[in-house]
Amino acid sequence: MSSVKDKLRAFSDSSLFLPVVALAVLLAFNAIFVDGFLTISLTEDGRLYGRMIDILNRSCSLVILALGMTFVIATAGIDISVGAVVAISAAVVCTLLGGRGDGVAETPLALAMLAAVGVGILCGAWNGLLVAKFKIQAMVATLILMTAGRGIAQLMTEGQIITVYYKPFAYISGVIPGNILPTNIFIALAMVLLVAFLMKKTSIGLFIQSVGINPTAARYAGINVTMVIFLVYAFSGFCAGVSGLIESSLIRAADANNAGLNMEMDAILAVALGGTLLSGGKFYIGGSVIGAVTIQTLTTTMYALGVSSDQLPVVKAIAVIAICLIQSKKAQEMFAAWKERNRGGSKSLSQGSGSTGTKAVNEA
Amino acid sequence: MEQPVLLEMRHIDKVFPGVRALSNVDFTLRAGEIHSLMGENGAGKSTLVKVLTGVYQRDGGTISLLGKRISPKTPKEAQEAGISTVYQEVNLCKNLTVAENIFIGREPRKHGFIDWATINKRAAELLDSLGVHIDVTKTLDHYSVAVQQMIAIARAIDIEAKILILDEPTSSLDEQETQQLFRIIRMLQKQGLGIIFISHFLEQIYELCDHITVLRNGELVGAYEVEKLPRLELIAKMVGKDLNAVKHMDDFAEKSVPQEEVFLEADHIGEVGQLADVALKLHKGEVVGFAGLLGSGRTETAEILFGAHQPTKGQLKVKGKPVQFGSPMGAMRERIAFCPEDRKTAGIIGDLSVRENIILAMQAKDGMFHHIPYSKQVEIADKYIDLLKIKVSDRDQLIKNLSGGNQQKAIIARWLATKPELLILDEPTRGIDVGTKTEIQKMAIELAKKQGMAVVFISSEMDEMTRTCSKLMVMRDRRKVAELTGDEVNSENVMRAIAGGASS
Amino acid sequence: MRGVKKLANDMIASPYFSFGVTVLLFAVLYGTGVAMYKGFLRPQVFFNLFIDNAALIIVTVGITFTLIIVGIDLSVGAVLALSCMVLAWLLANTAVPVWAAVAVVLLMGIVIGAAQGYIITKFDLQPFIITLAGMFFCRGMTAVISRDTIQITNETFTAIASYRIPIGDLGFVSVGAVLALIVLAIAAVVLGFTKFGRAVFAIGGSESSAALMGLPVFRTKVIVYTISGFCSALGGVAYALIMLTGYNLHGLGMEMDAIASSVIGGTLLTGGVAFIPGALFGVLIQGVILTFISFQGTLSAWWTKIVVGALLCVFIVMQALITEQKARLSKKSSMGEPPEKAKPGLAG
Repeated sequence: MSSVKDKLRAFSDSSLFLPVVALAVLLAFNAIFVDGFLTISLTEDGRLYGRMIDILNRSCSLVILALGMTFVIATAGIDISVGAVVAISAAVVCTLLGGRGDGVAETPLALAMLAAVGVGILCGAWNGLLVAKFKIQAMVATLILMTAGRGIAQLMTEGQIITVYYKPFAYISGVIPGNILPTNIFIALAMVLLVAFLMKKTSIGLFIQSVGINPTAARYAGINVTMVIFLVYAFSGFCAGVSGLIESSLIRAADANNAGLNMEMDAILAVALGGTLLSGGKFYIGGSVIGAVTIQTLTTTMYALGVSSDQLPVVKAIAVIAICLIQSKKAQEMFAAWKERNRGGSKSLSQGSGSTGTKAVNEA
Repeated sequence: MEQPVLLEMRHIDKVFPGVRALSNVDFTLRAGEIHSLMGENGAGKSTLVKVLTGVYQRDGGTISLLGKRISPKTPKEAQEAGISTVYQEVNLCKNLTVAENIFIGREPRKHGFIDWATINKRAAELLDSLGVHIDVTKTLDHYSVAVQQMIAIARAIDIEAKILILDEPTSSLDEQETQQLFRIIRMLQKQGLGIIFISHFLEQIYELCDHITVLRNGELVGAYEVEKLPRLELIAKMVGKDLNAVKHMDDFAEKSVPQEEVFLEADHIGEVGQLADVALKLHKGEVVGFAGLLGSGRTETAEILFGAHQPTKGQLKVKGKPVQFGSPMGAMRERIAFCPEDRKTAGIIGDLSVRENIILAMQAKDGMFHHIPYSKQVEIADKYIDLLKIKVSDRDQLIKNLSGGNQQKAIIARWLATKPELLILDEPTRGIDVGTKTEIQKMAIELAKKQGMAVVFISSEMDEMTRTCSKLMVMRDRRKVAELTGDEVNSENVMRAIAGGASS
Repeated sequence: MRGVKKLANDMIASPYFSFGVTVLLFAVLYGTGVAMYKGFLRPQVFFNLFIDNAALIIVTVGITFTLIIVGIDLSVGAVLALSCMVLAWLLANTAVPVWAAVAVVLLMGIVIGAAQGYIITKFDLQPFIITLAGMFFCRGMTAVISRDTIQITNETFTAIASYRIPIGDLGFVSVGAVLALIVLAIAAVVLGFTKFGRAVFAIGGSESSAALMGLPVFRTKVIVYTISGFCSALGGVAYALIMLTGYNLHGLGMEMDAIASSVIGGTLLTGGVAFIPGALFGVLIQGVILTFISFQGTLSAWWTKIVVGALLCVFIVMQALITEQKARLSKKSSMGEPPEKAKPGLAG
């Protein structure tokens, strides 16, 4: 009996608690109020179909962005350019494929995809250069690309929405004939596994945390801080590039104005919800992934409630501020003091969670 | 003629979680007196000052200023009561002009707007009266730390200060600048200010002060007139040993005997703005001390040896072959290890576990793609936790929750794990308890003796150096001024070398 | 040779160096315009810079306050859009007079700014994340009020919008432009000649020092964000005077335009240094670039964003290099062989 209690307690202390509970609440809400929310059926051509699959399908790009964002935030940085980079990547792949009505691609799909991801990495490297080498505050450095990036995407598409009629392009976010699930779910899974592999088999996670917690000490311990920071931004760019592919494939078009719009906020929100402090240090990949799915579920739920896409940011902004307040040390102290005054003498909160966190990272 | 009592602190207590920082401390300051607070690191000097200036709230006791009870809750309240402080790291704003730094927060105004003409005029007059003739309309970052210090003093005394506290004001000043500062302090003394002067430079205390209050482990040892307290006795009181013990402190353990082989040679290295000139040889199996005052270049030398800075002149040689370190990693590859001076900001990664902190340097050296497997990490961490007797609840405890001494041991463990041939310890014993201190000193000697490691030991505490090191490089003004070996290694010789042979 | 180097060093170390570069850049750009297009020579083209960018000038002033204290306010563009929208909605759907609608909008700006400032300061949170949330919140609220464009047809308001204030025979400026110049002047006075303004700079130089010197750090920081919120709302009013609409996408990306203007005008992102007239020129430079593009006719307006981004980059990197150079200079001067000025005179 007590072991179940212990397990519960350990779970409520762990980084997964908040996103999992939030996700569960959202799912329960949907299950009750949305007809057939839980139904998953098989279509005639043999693919799975249902609202849950839909949510998974749509959360893929966010999951991937959240992976990159987690690392960036762990180094005490931020990358608010990801949404714009998604737009650039989408513009690259669509202009390369071309919007020919007869459904013929102007460039081989593989090449176009490679170019889009490459441009994403380039954008990330540019951010990394500004932050790591020129020591510009991450927020300002990535703000440049956030605004200029959409301009670049516009220039590529010449202000038009390029619709791609080339069939296989839709397979990226759709179902390849013969498969049962959309391809992007596999892409996201592969990215998560790649990151998990990096965490397990390399020390990049340890280095990133060291740099985020105490860059000076990390340097004195022999870690190449500049390189770690640079790589983290480049990786975030890579993730944004892949996300751009998925996003553009979802609508089979590049819309420089709207592709990846507000996604930086979603990604930050997912990371914060996953338990990673926005001030850097310890990070939780698993938390971020579930956080991303949760955010997408929230988005879908809100749409179902009749909230439009341009009104949705209100909800998310409130969520961000709420999570920031929960994470804030000052707020925690104030809460503890308040509790003390009300009950008199209770033990401090801040211990435990840290050491369970270490394991979470190693296991991720 | 006895001056009136300015400040009386009686039975001051201050408790931090788990530590009794001050217990029943008395302190008296008279007008026109320059009074030094002495004590080793952790003796309670700075806590006492912070209680007085309202940074901390006392847990017991009374403070009276000119017979009136006061309880400052913030630095501002203390300032308004007439207690001003000038800190080691000047607390002014570098982006503002000199004049503004003196007057900000209490600017004279005309028609509701700040009257810059008056500010500049009064600032210039004020600094003139202190004998500092500078352009007050330039921003503060145009001036050296010494001048900034004087500007801070000008600000402090212009706020009608009755008591001026100077916390390590001379640690980054050169001789000439120090003398200018002393001239100003004496001038203020004649005007009837009570001055509390905190410094770890004995020379300066004996030159400037007329009273000394000694603290040890948060308790009052006593208050003395400077003339009646010989230096050796002062040191004895600070470290809490009687005179004879101090005399014999120099030879407490058998020192390590250097081997023939030279591990590292520095051929007149220097770095513009940091280090003038240092030439030295580090033999295997030798504990070498870098002695000198804070800012004398000892840390700068160590950082160049570790590749944290690049020398702009001279040549480093490891085992006779010329090397150039572009980064700490370069030095680590040559098996050089460095425990930096500031444990909190440059040593520990607070939110990581003890295990991760221990394997960090080793992992950095191996590269991120040669991940040390978890089981191996545990093995290494346990080995060093055992070896160095690091007190942890378990190896995955966060390092920030350890005591200072155990944190230091963990950092040393981090470097021992890389199997270094040269271990540089910069202030390894600062702010840690006496027991651990001795352990670390002994460990340095053991490493040199048993493993033939070359060890560099840097410390502000003279007796620690003379006890531990078989060779001492004495530094002053960012250059090497003497090298002491064998029997020459004793406090007197070091002091003489630091003072440039001119002082007693 | 040495003398030249010293002169160069002195120049770089001067607080007005960046401002000088900015003014020079503006002159060169404008000169090029005059050389390339005949129309550029008309004085009205110059006045139009102020008319078209009135809102940006006001917003830049606000964001400059936050940049001085090493903060940032990413919500400015969104607050501006929300202000336009609220104003348009009030004028379209209620009978409130124009002055009351403007008062409501300004009050709203103050409340949003103060709330952000309070949360940031009280809970010690990063300004960018809170103001980023603020940006999303305000953008979303704009859409909540109306997803479509609301035209402003109120006669008083349109009359103010089309009122031309003549400048001799040379041309005219708008009410918004005058408003912007007034805001600029007030900001310069506040920053230069009031206790509050100097406290802002002191906090930017070193927050802990400012606290130790007894300055009201908490209050000052909250007021700074409040000012930024107020300026954004006022900028919204000025923007509405030009656009005569409330629309969800008004002022999109304006936060970067404002930050760029401020930085180009000499504000250091490391805090503690700003020059209000410089910020004006920062805006004007962007205005000239826009004018170029409109004169040229074939270039996409998106080039502005890219050019502004590039300019911001150049200036930030320049700042980084200057700061490094300065640090090196001051390090040297505290090291024995100082330039004469850095040495205290030894009297007696």
